[in-house]
Amino acid sequence: MQTYDRDIILNKITRALNVILKAIVIVIFIFPFYWMVSTSLKDLTEALQFPPTLIPSSFHWENFTHVFEVVPIAQYFKNSVIVSITVLVLQYLIIVPAAYSLSRHEYRGKKLFFGLVLLGQMIPQQITFLPVYFMFSRMKLLGTLIPLIIPFISNPFGIFMLRQYFMQIPQEVIEAAKLDDASNMKIMFKVMMPMAKPALVTIGLLSFISTWNNYFWPLIMTSSETLRTLPVGVAALKSSETLQMWNIIMAGNVVLVLPILIVYIVASKKIRNSFTYSGIK
Amino acid sequence: MGTIQLKNVKKQFDKDVVIENLNLDIEDGSFTVLVGPSGCGKSTTLRMITGLDDPTEGDIYIDGQKVNDVTPGKRDIAMVFQNYALYPTMTVRQNIAFGLENKKVPKEERDRRVKEICEIVGLTEYLDRKPSKLSGGQRQRVALARAMVKQPKVFLMDEPLSNLDAKLRAQMRVELIELHKKLGTTFVYVTHDQTEAMSMADTIVLMKDGYIVQQSSPRELYNNPNSVYAAQFIGTPQMNVLRDALPDGKMLGFRPEKLSFREMEAPHITLRVQVATKEMLGSEIIYSLNSKYGTLMAKTDYEIGGGAEADIYVPFSSMYLFGQDEKRIELDDTAREQIKSVFAE
Repeated sequence: MQTYDRDIILNKITRALNVILKAIVIVIFIFPFYWMVSTSLKDLTEALQFPPTLIPSSFHWENFTHVFEVVPIAQYFKNSVIVSITVLVLQYLIIVPAAYSLSRHEYRGKKLFFGLVLLGQMIPQQITFLPVYFMFSRMKLLGTLIPLIIPFISNPFGIFMLRQYFMQIPQEVIEAAKLDDASNMKIMFKVMMPMAKPALVTIGLLSFISTWNNYFWPLIMTSSETLRTLPVGVAALKSSETLQMWNIIMAGNVVLVLPILIVYIVASKKIRNSFTYSGIK
Repeated sequence: MGTIQLKNVKKQFDKDVVIENLNLDIEDGSFTVLVGPSGCGKSTTLRMITGLDDPTEGDIYIDGQKVNDVTPGKRDIAMVFQNYALYPTMTVRQNIAFGLENKKVPKEERDRRVKEICEIVGLTEYLDRKPSKLSGGQRQRVALARAMVKQPKVFLMDEPLSNLDAKLRAQMRVELIELHKKLGTTFVYVTHDQTEAMSMADTIVLMKDGYIVQQSSPRELYNNPNSVYAAQFIGTPQMNVLRDALPDGKMLGFRPEKLSFREMEAPHITLRVQVATKEMLGSEIIYSLNSKYGTLMAKTDYEIGGGAEADIYVPFSSMYLFGQDEKRIELDDTAREQIKSVFAE
């Protein structure tokens, strides 16, 4: 009887520990975001106050309007949206046919092409930015958003991932489509792409996040305010006349992070949905 | 008209010659079954007819027209795959209509034909389901419907029943035979299962190592095999072949169901055997018998205990004589005398 009681107690303790540990992990991940949001709603004095307050004593929503006044954040936001969406769309246009060809067609130099694609993944931006910069400069394109788009329309990781995914599609399904007189385009769009939906959503999500968050490249390639993207613009908040105004900087960061959070929440649901329907073995 | 001809076809994968020189004629409206062990080239032959594989040499004709350079989709054929190969992201309706859509059949006619076919194969209530929500038999029906809806000149099937359980397979076999009768279209069917071949075909093409061993009706193949290979491929248990009983390397064959434990009037030979094993199948019993010439199989309703010794009787009318090259030779009077004298000893 005693051992039985002890088991119940032990069981309860482990369960409690389990919950506590999970809570700690969640706090560690959530806290920076919470801190950002809470600071963005404080006035300057409270933001700099020590010891800091967890909950703002009063909510200063005007910080957000202030951000839009201090820097042209609406312009940055627009640029970020244009760049990220264009890159995303163009990437799909390049990745899907490339992956289809690399996974399902035989031709001379295929392995070499694939090797080159992978090589592209391995060379860091810091090595290529200078020649690319000069190239765009000579083409007189530096005053546009094009230098932020063109270098990213091929996504080696995306091609690699989608190729692997396409290779898992049973050959018979494609042969059946050929016997149904479907063109290559139709096989790609109507048969393979729907089957590769999880991969396409994942690639799109990763691509969007990486373009949206890209700081280094837009910093190098743009010099005028009107071409800056959000990460560059928000970073500029710190060095502008609003120096040390942490509540304003955090408000800028909220504007920066919010779209990604929304995209992530929407897309993660899609990813889960796409993974639950599976093909026929 | 759905005639198919293969003329001097050779197929090579890299350096591997799978088919050396194949000539095959398939009649319009026939139910032709290509049968043989795995690796004999039957699937390759089928794939060359579809156009999914190109012959290395030689020509392929469908309906009298050379189709070597015609893409699979334009050959006016339909294929049913072993694993069905349905489009998993499309509903049953979309799966069936996909081929018609590509052929630019107007929407109204498409809908009408899909509906018609689904009534025939009994899929009407599943039209809006995805294949993953169907049973194996239903998927098979979708695959069939997808082929039928195109109204092709030729139906090609690559082991379409091998993923089904035994009961469903037997049922689908009957349905396919009925379907063939109803449509009157040429069916070309690939299988390694001799029962399937025998029960469905009106013409069997028995293949081995990339060539055709024998092409004939099931009855003819059973009654008149042209070689040891053909004789032993059809029939379970396989034909008994005594390889070293006769002089000059000649071989003597007889089917397990044709030998008898009962004395007979007809001219025959007699063999002394001992019962090694006994398998009771209900209506008949399969015996494995030890004899002077090796193990023999027997299929009969005659009851005899295990280990017992007995005489078996084989009538001349059920004997097959094969030469040293394993090809069938005529069982003429001299041969009969020779056999008689050997077994009289």
